[in-house]
Amino acid sequence: MSHDPRSSNDSIIPATVPTVATTTEPLRGRAQTGPAGTEPPLLRIESLRKAYGPAVVLREVSLDVPAHQCVVLIGASGSGKSTLLRCINLLEVVDDGRIWLQGKDITDPRVDDDAIRSQVGIVFQSFNLFPHMSVLDNITLAPRRVHGIGRRAAESDALAMLDRVGLAHRARAKPDELSGGQQQRVAIARALVNKPVLMLFDEVTSALDPELVGEVLALLTELKDDGMTMLVATHEMGFARQVADQVVFLEGGEIAEAGPPEQVLTQPTDPRTQRFLRRIIDAGRL
Amino acid sequence: MSAPGGGDEWTPSPIQLERLAYRRSRTRRSVLVATGSTVVLLGIAVLVVVNTPGWPQFRDSFFDIAYGWQVLPDIAAGLWLNVRLMVVCEVVILCFSLLIALARTLRGPVFFPVRAAAIGFTDLFRGLPLILVLYMLGFGMPSLRVAWLPSSALFWGCAALVLTYSAYVSEVLRAGIESVHPSQRAAARSLGLRHGQTMRFVVVPQAVRRVLPPLLNDLVSLQKDTGLVSVLGVIYDAVLNAKIQTSQTFNYTPYVVAGLLFVLLTIPMTRLTDWVSRRQGWTGAGSHV
Repeated sequence: MSHDPRSSNDSIIPATVPTVATTTEPLRGRAQTGPAGTEPPLLRIESLRKAYGPAVVLREVSLDVPAHQCVVLIGASGSGKSTLLRCINLLEVVDDGRIWLQGKDITDPRVDDDAIRSQVGIVFQSFNLFPHMSVLDNITLAPRRVHGIGRRAAESDALAMLDRVGLAHRARAKPDELSGGQQQRVAIARALVNKPVLMLFDEVTSALDPELVGEVLALLTELKDDGMTMLVATHEMGFARQVADQVVFLEGGEIAEAGPPEQVLTQPTDPRTQRFLRRIIDAGRL
Repeated sequence: MSAPGGGDEWTPSPIQLERLAYRRSRTRRSVLVATGSTVVLLGIAVLVVVNTPGWPQFRDSFFDIAYGWQVLPDIAAGLWLNVRLMVVCEVVILCFSLLIALARTLRGPVFFPVRAAAIGFTDLFRGLPLILVLYMLGFGMPSLRVAWLPSSALFWGCAALVLTYSAYVSEVLRAGIESVHPSQRAAARSLGLRHGQTMRFVVVPQAVRRVLPPLLNDLVSLQKDTGLVSVLGVIYDAVLNAKIQTSQTFNYTPYVVAGLLFVLLTIPMTRLTDWVSRRQGWTGAGSHV
């Protein structure tokens, strides 16, 4: 783990990305304290590497997510988007590199994983609601058991959150009585009720029927407007174009291109991005 | 969710009426066929048994209805002891086996001894015949003459049942725990729940619902195996009472009576569990088309 940040920072991300560090100053000191005047990004990923056996899934991935911004990860299936999100939520142990959340290195094995996880919300492609619990119990589980909030307070918080995602009337339903879009909105409410500083969305609309995608994306857009910091892996290019502050294109576990959406999605410079976008256009998704 | 056509004014079309009539006639036919084949098969079986050369003696020594009726209260009183044994043992077994199953899911080097002990325990008691465990505990432990050890045969009989069945039930529970998809774990952990909390609130509740039928199977099996504690000789349960009656008259009808009572005891239990799993809305793939 003796990693020198100087060597990793030269040319992974194009200099056109406004938020990415290009300085050669050691990251540790800066990310922890921050020089006067510049706020450190809420999330900084630095030369991340993750492999499953011989298959390297993430290679030298460096990325900044400033507070209140929405960064969209695009890329083909298997490009490492999900793994990157799972690493940030410490559901995977990284092989090298660092992840800083609010100036704290969360890849340090000495940090309390559970404390970090309760600051970062994640929503999965397959909802992963707890099928044996009602919607309300799904949402109050973590507040009651992790944060020690009383039942009544937790339930009123949960109902307020359900109201926000438009599902207060289904509080007593079991997850399998809801549509896919409703289940995904419950999953989002379940993550939001812990008041996370960062939300991760892992292809949250990929398992939904086309007519249900809109209600979930509308919720994501609302969240962004409310100032949530978000990292969103998606195949929804329309969403990326309208909502993202920064689009990051991953291919083969590496960041091929990153920048504002109008640049990455309309004038990509990297041939791999161009190829990917052409396939998407051919499929009628852009 | 709602019944088809519920709410609005709907009169079935002639085609639908015709289909319903056809289905009804098929159902009637199936019931008739099933009844007929059952009667024929039973008739053949009865004829074969009744025409065996030893049937009259067999009937007298196994199905002496008057004698069976006479010993019924005594055996039923013994059965009440089996029921109580079963209830007490089952509660202890469920708690104990859950601990063992959870011990086997613990990760990390610190827990190696716990894990190893759990594995050793299940290997040992799944392999040992129950009757040997009963002898070793029921006769062995009191013979140690340790003052603070209970010397009651009933206690050691229970202990033998608990040890043997916990080994089986813990494997059933472990299978259930491992059948819960890892994404459920990931979801719980991502919310900040610790390992123990994830197990308690997310994994184990789903695991137990899934393995309810095999758990019931072990419960039914336990119910009849409580009859084995009679080998310790001083526990007057249904089997020992039947044995005492039989040894006085050399008529085996009391055993048949005890057997029928055990069967009657287990059938409602099976139906109860079916009902419970349906009520929980967790019927699984087996109950759907």
